[in-house]
Amino acid sequence: MSGVRSLLKQPSVLPGFGLSLGVTLVYLGLLVVIPLAGLLLKAASITPEQFWSIATAPRALAAYRLSFGTSLAAAGLNVVFGLLLAWVLVRYRFPGQRLINSLIDLPFALPTAVAGITLTAAYSKNGWFGAPLEALGIRVAYTPLGIIVALTFIGLPFVVRTVQPILEDLEADEEEAAATLGASRWQTFRRVVLPYITPALLTGFALAFARALGEYGSVVFISGNMPGQTEIAPLLIVTKLQQFDYAGAAVIAVVTLLGSLAVLLGVSAFERWNPAARPRAMRA
Amino acid sequence: MSAVAPALPAAVPTRTGLHDPPLVRLALIGISLLFLALFVVTPLVLVFAQAFSAGLGAFFRAIGDPVALAAIRLTLVVAAIAVPLNLGFGLAAAWLIARFHFVGKTLLTSIIDIPLAVSPVISGMVFVLLFGAQGFFGPVLREHDLKIIFAVPGIVLATIFVTFPLVAREVIPVMQAAGSDEELAALTLGASSWQTFWRITLPKIKWGVLYGVLLTNARAMGEFGAVSVVSGHIRGETNTIPLHAEILFNEYSYTGAFAMASLLALLGLGTLVAQYVVGWLGRSEASPR
Repeated sequence: MSGVRSLLKQPSVLPGFGLSLGVTLVYLGLLVVIPLAGLLLKAASITPEQFWSIATAPRALAAYRLSFGTSLAAAGLNVVFGLLLAWVLVRYRFPGQRLINSLIDLPFALPTAVAGITLTAAYSKNGWFGAPLEALGIRVAYTPLGIIVALTFIGLPFVVRTVQPILEDLEADEEEAAATLGASRWQTFRRVVLPYITPALLTGFALAFARALGEYGSVVFISGNMPGQTEIAPLLIVTKLQQFDYAGAAVIAVVTLLGSLAVLLGVSAFERWNPAARPRAMRA
Repeated sequence: MSAVAPALPAAVPTRTGLHDPPLVRLALIGISLLFLALFVVTPLVLVFAQAFSAGLGAFFRAIGDPVALAAIRLTLVVAAIAVPLNLGFGLAAAWLIARFHFVGKTLLTSIIDIPLAVSPVISGMVFVLLFGAQGFFGPVLREHDLKIIFAVPGIVLATIFVTFPLVAREVIPVMQAAGSDEELAALTLGASSWQTFWRITLPKIKWGVLYGVLLTNARAMGEFGAVSVVSGHIRGETNTIPLHAEILFNEYSYTGAFAMASLLALLGLGTLVAQYVVGWLGRSEASPR
């Protein structure tokens, strides 16, 4: 027995391997492995043709397209403003900076339903932002634009918190060399700083994108939930569940899972290729 | 490291010829502040403005409503079950991953991260598929007159699922950084395993543990998507605070909805402050005296 064990585990004099392994495996088995296996079984309980026709139904395709498009737009906005915020927080000093630094984490700390309710109230026809925008002919609440607003809010911390530590680690030497050799500030930023932080920017983008794809709480309030128009993929799953169409819900869930899995595998492959891109103090 | 919010460096090193022009600097700071003001601060202010818009009396009447009180009670009960269980799991998983090398460790670490990667809706639905009326165990449960979905056990399960990685993820790096030399010394000197854990390991990692517990609690009380799928929205019975807020909002009773939302916003703000304090305590203890 001990021979098998030493093959699987490097020897250690520390106690508690068996106990901690047991607790972890039982917990993960009951909570993660069995439920996820149930999901896959459910999705596999129908024929491949049925699976395909549910997965590619017009309403489902519209939901993927909307989820994908709005998540992409929100993650893109997060890259722009996340880089800006990280830059301002790392490179400049101004009053209230500590407070600003803590505010970045607010979207993580605020429950998603609160974000959804308050953003909807702010951007609805007679809300604080909604009324002036409506006068300009721009409607945000109950349109894809509103979904983008909610997803941008939710994803904001990802890019800031991945780029910030990398920017702090950037030594002054290379920028000084560029400046000495006559590069303008903009050239230095574009040719020296930007290549250095690009991996972190991409990681932050992918994390924000993956989070946005699955987001539900903040979006259901502001999206209006019109099938085919403002119905995101997670909402379609909920709708199917409420109609007791478990197999249909499982199919959409599996497709969505594969989508976010692809994004996350991309990130971890990227991090392995470039360890500098790994966020230091990341909390999802 | 990761148990501590990123701290701002004490001073910006002088970068000769490397400063952005003052106008650029002002413009960038201005845009950042405007963006945060519009996107983050205003929505937060709006929660409280709406909650108190009909006066203090209306606010407290909304909170004191029996259905609202039931939602608050349920939220506290769910957190009181989920947080200690996940704390136990988190400590076991962290000890396993930070202290031992074994086959399949990378796979195990990835499995722990799954709940953070899947949509909250899917986190809830896996339990519906297992225990729902037409789920795998549905008939068995009905025979024994047990209810998990559209009842409190389902809410607890979904909450545990969504929050269990948080303690482990915070504690693993802290435990790795702390090393195991002192544990080995204690064991050599004849301490038992549990003595070593309680007297040596736990004091070393306590700030990381506390940080993880704070995150777990905030997420457990505020979770919406996963809980919404399994709850069934039965008024006064299976509604947590976020779900009750949703129902009130959809019924256009905004004072009540925002009163509920303001409780959750306070929870979030309180968690942020507590995280900051814990991070600060951890750092000041780690720095040489």
